[in-house]
Amino acid sequence: MDQFAVKVFVRLRPSVLDPAGEATKSASIKLGAEGIKSLRIGKMIEVKIEGNGENEVREKIDLLCDRLFANTVIEDYEYSLEKL
Amino acid sequence: MDNFTVGVVVFPGSNCDRDVSWALEGCLDIRTKYFWHESSDLSDVDAIVLPGGFSYGDYLRCGAIARFSPLINALDEFVKSGKRVLGICNGFQILTESGFLPGALVANKNLNFICDDVELDIISSKGGWFNNVDEKQTIKLPIAHGEGRYHCDSDTLKKLVDNELIALRYKNNPNGSSFDIAGITNEKGNVLGLMPHPERACDETIGGTDGLFTLKSLILK
Repeated sequence: MDQFAVKVFVRLRPSVLDPAGEATKSASIKLGAEGIKSLRIGKMIEVKIEGNGENEVREKIDLLCDRLFANTVIEDYEYSLEKL
Repeated sequence: MDNFTVGVVVFPGSNCDRDVSWALEGCLDIRTKYFWHESSDLSDVDAIVLPGGFSYGDYLRCGAIARFSPLINALDEFVKSGKRVLGICNGFQILTESGFLPGALVANKNLNFICDDVELDIISSKGGWFNNVDEKQTIKLPIAHGEGRYHCDSDTLKKLVDNELIALRYKNNPNGSSFDIAGITNEKGNVLGLMPHPERACDETIGGTDGLFTLKSLILK
C-alpha cells in the first residue's frame, strides 16, 4: 500500500457571493493594505490516505470531494496529491 | 387525530425538536415520536419533521454531515412513497444537502445571525402546505438563522418558477436569498423545506398562529 498526502481546496463558485470574503477585504483595506482587487475565503482539507497506487487514491478523493467535502451547487474543488 | 404519528428527528445539535413536538401535540393534538438520527425504521410514522438547530455543530457546511445519517438514507423510500416531510431551518439545509430539494443555503448576505419576525408571501399551493392561496396571502413567521441565504443557479430557478415549487417568498428579503426565496417544495409537493419556523408561531401567547396550518397539513394524504 502506498500512502499519499492530499490537500483539497474548496472554494465558493465565482457566482456565489462571499460575504465573509467581502468583510475580510474591507478589514484588509482598513489595515492599510493597498491594491486588493478581490478577496474570497475557501477551505483547505488535509488528508492522509492509503491505497494501491495513485489512481485508486484519486478515485477515493474524487468521491469524497464530490459527495462530502464540497457542495457542488455552491462550491468548486481541486486537490494536489503527494506520495509519501 | 386517530393514530397519525409524526416522527421528529433528533440529530446531535438539533434544538427545535422539543418545540416542534410541543406545537404538534399541545396545539394540534397530533401524536409525535422522537427519532434518533441513527434510526432507519420509519415504518410506524406517517410524516417526518426535520427540525431546526445545528446538527453536528454545522461542521463543514450546515446539514452536510447529517446527510449521511441512517435516518436520512431511509428517508428516500419514505419520500418516494408519498409521505410528507417538513424540513425547518436546519432541516431545510439538510434536505438541500441530501438532494431532496434543489439549491443550497449559504451565509446571510450581511453575515448577521438574524432573529426576527418576517412577512412572507405564499406563492404556490403545491402540496397544500399553506392555507387559501386563491388570493395572494401574506403570513408572518419567525426566522432565526445565520445561513439562510437560498442560492441556486439560473436554470434551477427557472425550473422552480415554471413548476410552481416556490412556496414562500420574503416580502423584505432579510438575508440575500435568490428571488427572495424562503421555502420550496419538491415536484410532488410532499417535501417542504423552509427557513422560517412555523412551530414558533402556533399560539397567540408567543406572538402568532400563522404556523399552525403548515404543521397541521402534515396529516394531509
